[in-house]
Amino acid sequence: MAIDSQLAIWEVFMQAKPGANYIHAGSVHASDKKMALQNARDTYTRRGEGTSIWVVPSDAIVASNPDDNDMLFDPANDKVYRHPTFYVMPEGAKAI
Amino acid sequence: MTTEQALYKYCLRLGDNALIQSYRLSEWCSNAPLLEEDLALTNFALDMIGRAQLLLSYAGVVEGMGKTDDDLAYRRGERQFTNTLISELPNGDFAFTIARLFFTSVYEYYFFTELQNSADTTLKAVAAKTLKEVKYHKAHATDWMLRLGGGTEESNTRVQAAVNALWMYTGEQFETDKADAMLQDINIAVDMPPVKDKWNVYVQEVLLDAGISVPVADYMQTGGRNGVHTEYLGHILSEMQYLQRAYPDATW
Repeated sequence: MAIDSQLAIWEVFMQAKPGANYIHAGSVHASDKKMALQNARDTYTRRGEGTSIWVVPSDAIVASNPDDNDMLFDPANDKVYRHPTFYVMPEGAKAI
Repeated sequence: MTTEQALYKYCLRLGDNALIQSYRLSEWCSNAPLLEEDLALTNFALDMIGRAQLLLSYAGVVEGMGKTDDDLAYRRGERQFTNTLISELPNGDFAFTIARLFFTSVYEYYFFTELQNSADTTLKAVAAKTLKEVKYHKAHATDWMLRLGGGTEESNTRVQAAVNALWMYTGEQFETDKADAMLQDINIAVDMPPVKDKWNVYVQEVLLDAGISVPVADYMQTGGRNGVHTEYLGHILSEMQYLQRAYPDATW
């Protein structure tokens, strides 16, 4: 097996503008927090994509198991009343 | 020498440093040890190209002969280039490139901090823009110096060798001549001794932290600022200027 010379993986989350949600942008390799932040900056903000960055070690992320999808997500499918679709959008509001 | 001639020289030197450093860093494109580092180094090269454009354009304006930034970049010979020697040395290994970036970006950080107070409004504006960029270059290079110095025995040996080899090229950054003195009298040029002092303090501190010994040799190479270069600049120019030399006035 080839030696992995590419360091640990960090997930990168970017905020496009103040107040907006952080959105997963991709991942970078880095040996420490500072390097992860710099690499994220160099990789994902070259064209003015963001104003703030979070980096998280990939192994710190706990993911759901696809085998559990029935249990986790299907029960929500037939409960339309959980959506706020019965309200009239106030004039001028872009999202609720 | 008139003030315009002195200012032309001043801008040309700063512009040439940026242009040649940019050329060297861009040679890392697709060759860096990590994809992320590849992007970082070429980002820096682009920052420097931007700075070279601003400074060479302004040099052309100051000279008043109607020359553009491209004319100055592509149509001057080796002896007319006034970049420091440290800018043109070949990249060597990654440690060498990082050590060079460290020495030059620390210098640029303190230099452009001072240039923000220049009486020349164009230089003042270029300094403000550049400072944001070189602040990051300095941080990036510093972190790598610490990592390489404190990393493995091999990384420490390599970065120490790079520091030893580059040391005698660091002094030229702080040289001044009549043109600088003239511009300093009218508050356009930066007063260099304080920049040198700050550079020394910062560099020594980082090298100490990184477990790299500070070279003691005080012999310093000189010449680049006056057009006397190492054998390497000619090779850079022959490649960089090929198109304009072979097809003068070629456009997209």
